[in-house]
Amino acid sequence: MHVLVLLLQILVLFAVVMLHVAYATYFERKIIGHMQVRMGPMRVGWHGLLQPIADGIKSFFKEDIIPEQADRPIFLAAPIICLVAMLTSLAVLPFAPGWVLADINIGLIFILAMSSLSSYGVILAGWASNSKYTFLGGLRSMAQVISYEIAMGLSLVGVMMLSGTLNLSKIVEAQGTSFGGMYIFPQIIAFFVFCVAMLAETNRVPFDLPEAETELVSGYATEYSGMRYAMFFMAEYIGMIVMSAIGTICFLGGWNGPFTVPGVPFFWFVLKIYLFLFVFIWIRATLPRYRYDQLMELGWKLLIPLALANIALTGIVKAIIG
Amino acid sequence: MTAAPSFPPQYLAILILILFGIGFGAVTLYVGRFFRMSRPYHEKLVAYESGNEPTAEPRMRFSVKFYLIAILFVVFDVEAIYLYPWAVTYDRQGLFALVEMFIFIFLLLAGYVYAWKKETFQWEK
Repeated sequence: MHVLVLLLQILVLFAVVMLHVAYATYFERKIIGHMQVRMGPMRVGWHGLLQPIADGIKSFFKEDIIPEQADRPIFLAAPIICLVAMLTSLAVLPFAPGWVLADINIGLIFILAMSSLSSYGVILAGWASNSKYTFLGGLRSMAQVISYEIAMGLSLVGVMMLSGTLNLSKIVEAQGTSFGGMYIFPQIIAFFVFCVAMLAETNRVPFDLPEAETELVSGYATEYSGMRYAMFFMAEYIGMIVMSAIGTICFLGGWNGPFTVPGVPFFWFVLKIYLFLFVFIWIRATLPRYRYDQLMELGWKLLIPLALANIALTGIVKAIIG
Repeated sequence: MTAAPSFPPQYLAILILILFGIGFGAVTLYVGRFFRMSRPYHEKLVAYESGNEPTAEPRMRFSVKFYLIAILFVVFDVEAIYLYPWAVTYDRQGLFALVEMFIFIFLLLAGYVYAWKKETFQWEK
């Protein structure tokens, strides 16, 4: 019985997240379109509203090309690894008080572990395709993701010190309901480091070097087509949603807001996630891509020392104030 | 859960979600077989190299920098893992923990400065 209830909850969560993924692509195209004084998708449905559905149907019916030189089993498994790792991170996110599938006490570590696992999918895809572009894309992605993962892990240490827990619901509760209680104010340095690392971890502009289309065609996903390609896409967008959720939970006070909206306990949480997603898209429309050596230098020479300094600062300030 | 009595119940949802994800991926791809077209021929199946016939092995030699980054990652990520339990219990440990952690971070910083001086983070000379 318990399992059935869980399965039902998972189904609902999955449907909602997939809808968000589909319409995140729509809003991305629409927002970037308007920022570049274009209309974006307009043809399919009213103002192009059915475009993501049409895209989904199209990729479902597209031919599934498996290159003859590819390592078949790994090639077939790689997109599913990406998707499952990202999907699993959703289980520990608290959307509202008590609205969490798995209320585990190591939630933050679990998210970091899953985001590392999804990079396996990318590396394996690049390797198994046995093509030069995918190989370079996979290699770049590996080095980029592991470099920025350190910065991200260290930036969250400050949040752990303030809240004294790794449970995501308790981190939100520790911030209190007041506006000033959000960890973005005492942890502003960590928030900056987290935001930059978040963009790099999800392979978004300005750090989208693994799939830099002007030099690597489509990076690790070059040899993928149809539904398998769509799965990488889904994993990337679920990754954006998960990272936005972590930013919301750790720095922006999670489901707490200036006033409670009756009947919709997850109102503020979802609103803050949309804010993050909008900034993701806004940055994509504004910034050019980093060069690879600049990317590595930014990660290792700026973000890691900054995150370490933030830990030391937080420790000292907490020791003085008590 | 008779098979594994020590299985923590909160993790059941995660297990189901993993199985659900694998199932979703596998079923979508399997069902798609009956609907999508499939007309493979050599030119379509060959590795993409901007329209040319692929030359040489795709798994070529790559920069040693990637290995160095990988090794540094292991060092720093283990450091981060050690910091987590310290950070969570910081309130209860007091000044002792702070001094301890400063010594720990200082030791790592020495290695970090060494790596910097060796130009590990300098991608281009």
